Amino acid sequence: MSELLDSIKNKLDANFSESILSAQMEMDFPVFVVKKNNIHEILEFLFQDGFKYLTTMCGIHFPDNEGAEFAMMYQLHSLERNERIRIKCFMSEKEIELPTVTDIWAAANWMEREAFDFYGFRFKGHPNLKRILNMDEMNYHPLRKEYPLEDASRHDKEDKYFGR
Amino acid sequence: MERNIDIHPKHQPDGFEGQGFFATSLDKAVGLARANSLWPLPFATSCCGIEFMATMASHYDLARFGSERMSFSPRQADLLMVMGTISKKMAPVLRQVYEQMAEPKWVLCMGACASSGGIFDTYSVLQGIDRIIPVDVYIPGCPPRPEQVLDGLLKIQELAKSESTRRRESPEYKEMLNSYGIE
Repeated sequence: MSELLDSIKNKLDANFSESILSAQMEMDFPVFVVKKNNIHEILEFLFQDGFKYLTTMCGIHFPDNEGAEFAMMYQLHSLERNERIRIKCFMSEKEIELPTVTDIWAAANWMEREAFDFYGFRFKGHPNLKRILNMDEMNYHPLRKEYPLEDASRHDKEDKYFGR
Repeated sequence: MERNIDIHPKHQPDGFEGQGFFATSLDKAVGLARANSLWPLPFATSCCGIEFMATMASHYDLARFGSERMSFSPRQADLLMVMGTISKKMAPVLRQVYEQMAEPKWVLCMGACASSGGIFDTYSVLQGIDRIIPVDVYIPGCPPRPEQVLDGLLKIQELAKSESTRRRESPEYKEMLNSYGIE
């Protein structure tokens, strides 16, 4: 499957040679790490190249990875050639902003809202960037690793009930 | 297989009986009518709801207790049966459903999730519906068996039978509702 990696890498190198930070196989999946500044052009190029289907998008948080705590992952699928690739783009907590890809794939609308809801990614140009799953009153982004997973208002798990 | 099951059905409340008449207090007559014709509103959000479907169907047959008429409109329901995980986003909806029900109304809380959040000790799940609405009967279990649901319903019937007709107008009841921020 690494022919796929090479062919996509050659295409990207020809157009965006400075922006491609790494290209490698992770398990059997070609993964490209790209710079944030022209992520939109790269994705649009890949769309024109045949990756018409955005399988999924997801946010990633590495709190110890200083200067690049957050990452956005795009998984693309070419339905014509049955090829799948993954694009990753790292950024720091201060610059947690990306251009929206809703103009390329309409499906990105809710996925970007989800990434905003859970991680606080801000998508420039998104038509309706508000919380999608959590309640509107929530004032934090719960999947960031800086928050406890448990509900703070629950008291039946306190140590005194278990003789600790 | 031989089994001795001790059943003492109680068909009528205490009162005076004579040739062609039976006299009892209005409270008891009304309570009897209410208890045996409860219209439940099934607010089923997850696996407890599946268990409730079994309770409702022919094998366990909730209809034997006068509750076969599920009311999917809160305005005609007497009993709110909350079955399953209630997320914090769902909480205002549940509360609105409760507020739309007419008095007298009872709340049955089925399963660990509805009662306490259960295993879902997490930022998105309401840690027990009694944080937003008053609950009359809790059914423990994850999920409870249909027999337990029937037992819970019988407990609600006992409450309905023994309730005085003026309880819902009492200042204590209003105070209790106010403590939940209702009215």
